[in-house]
Amino acid sequence: MNLKDFKLESQREYWAKALVELGKKRKDIVVLSADLSSSVKTSLFAKDFPERHFNVGIAEQNMMSIAAGLAACGKTAFASTFAAFGTGRVYDQIRQSIAYPKLNVKIIATHAGITVGGDGATHQIVEDLALMRALPNMTVIVPADAPETYRAIKTVADYVGPVYVRMGRANIPTITNSKGKFKIGKATLLKDGDDVCLIGTGIMVSRCMLAAHELKKHKISARVINLSTIKPIDTKTIVKAARETGGVVTAEEHSSIVGMGSAVAMCLVENAHVPMKRVGIPDVFGQSGDSDELMEKYGLTAENIIEAAHDVLGRKGR
Amino acid sequence: MAVYDKRLISKLERKANLIRQHVVRMIYLAGSGHPGGSLSAVEVIVALYFHVMNIDPKKPDWPDRDRFILSKGHGCPTWYATLAEKGYIPVEELDTLRKLGSRLQGHPDMRACPGVEASTGSEGQGLSMGVGMALAARLDRKLYHVYVMIGDGELDCGQTWEAAMAASHFHVDNLTAIVDRNMLQLDGPTAHIMSVEPLADKWKAFGWHVTEINGHDFKDILRALEKSKDVKGRPNLIIAHTLKGKGVSYMEGAVSFHGKAPTKEEYEQAMEELGGKA
Ligand SMILES: Cc1ncc(C[n+]2csc(CCOP(=O)(O)OP(=O)(O)O)c2C)c(N)n1
Ligand SMILES: [Mg+2]
Repeated sequence: MNLKDFKLESQREYWAKALVELGKKRKDIVVLSADLSSSVKTSLFAKDFPERHFNVGIAEQNMMSIAAGLAACGKTAFASTFAAFGTGRVYDQIRQSIAYPKLNVKIIATHAGITVGGDGATHQIVEDLALMRALPNMTVIVPADAPETYRAIKTVADYVGPVYVRMGRANIPTITNSKGKFKIGKATLLKDGDDVCLIGTGIMVSRCMLAAHELKKHKISARVINLSTIKPIDTKTIVKAARETGGVVTAEEHSSIVGMGSAVAMCLVENAHVPMKRVGIPDVFGQSGDSDELMEKYGLTAENIIEAAHDVLGRKGR
Repeated sequence: MAVYDKRLISKLERKANLIRQHVVRMIYLAGSGHPGGSLSAVEVIVALYFHVMNIDPKKPDWPDRDRFILSKGHGCPTWYATLAEKGYIPVEELDTLRKLGSRLQGHPDMRACPGVEASTGSEGQGLSMGVGMALAARLDRKLYHVYVMIGDGELDCGQTWEAAMAASHFHVDNLTAIVDRNMLQLDGPTAHIMSVEPLADKWKAFGWHVTEINGHDFKDILRALEKSKDVKGRPNLIIAHTLKGKGVSYMEGAVSFHGKAPTKEEYEQAMEELGGKA
């Protein structure tokens, strides 16, 4: 098994497809962009529903609070930009005008993480999950691939309240095959196993699958869980997996000190004491480079997950 | 009116052309980047580094130097190429743009590359940093001048206007902002995305001294930059009317070349148009 065995698809295209379908059915859906509509693909919605699309220019703070105003008047507002500019730059607007009043604004962020590539650190936000996780009332979703993105957007549109959805720039391996409604707060089991549990989110779920496949060759049976809702976190599934396998590895394309891995660690500390290892970006800013090179440089490959699994296995017996 | 030596003007024009060749090659080799806004900014940046600013490439940290900030950080290929031609970094290093480990990051990193005065890339923050540097000169009783280039898309950013207000409130007169008025931003023409006119009147109302120039005409640029040093008591704004993608026919005025690299054929054509070697 190899990354090349998977179909590579664009999360952005699937998100836009879901959005346009929603726009057709629901007149309450409005969309906001900040001079990146062509990149985040809200341009497709704008083409079909120009009167319900507002491009505010390079003014993300303004965008978030306008979205809040629209939501306060009954609209379901989707505000979309790059993750760096849709979280850090507008944290206070999200906090004060969206999360605190629990308004129905969906922040749809693309270009998260280091797979942004050449643009470098300014555009490669690796701490957005920390910011969004910290906000009361905020739901945080990281789909694992393009089809799951599509399903998540449909669910998010029905859910009333603030949501942050994180996706990347790159075309990524399609690994989920679930049909039906995406359930907020429900982690999904992709592969069963009982020696160790690999919990991935976003693009790293595919790396977990590869790692599990490799581990099998060494007679290690790894369970793989796709944790696509970071908040509210699926404590039940995580704790059950930890108890049954006795060791956990998390993998995320995000700073490992403040992201999904730390959320899982909190969950384990209070509920199941098993050895654990986090695979993620160390406490540093990214840099320019080819996205695959960067994934290697910052330790985000299947090999890194395998190494972490061995570390956990080694500590299990003690 | 100042009269400029023909030789000076033609020297600057040759530099500008050379820098355009570097920029196109760098972005082609990187496989990504922002040619449009790099090419519109060439003449202003060349005029600053090769005639106007009081700088010493051998001493990039000299405390008395004039400062330049490229607030529209995505135009950095032009900045890097200018720094290389001026001797801050080796010209060969230009081809490492956007590569892993390079000092030439996709958006400028002031801790990586000598001569880069501010880390930018998230639009709309450079002018505020410029105000800070200009205020520091006042505190330290230094005579340096601070130049900040902003994109016309950055006029959408509230922070640009916060900085505009602060600069005039603090009577900062050692600060010159230059708007690269190329009429385009990422999604299309600025006039369609977010109306910013009447631009000169807005800045005047914020207390700035405003000049409008042709941003590709060195005589115009030099005159405006030199005059801006004489304005007392208020900050200066130069609206440089430019053409996005200037110098490469198919990039000129093309929204599509805001943020993508040329293909091999496009690259070869560009180099031919610029009189360089592909
Ligand atoms: C805060 C922020 N939002 C969005 C972007 C993405 N972006 C990069 S360049 C650009 C358009 C810039 O237009 P302008 O300032 O006019 O630059 P130029 O035309 O000179 O290239 C946008 C929206 C960004 N870099 N920063
Ligand atoms: Mg512009």
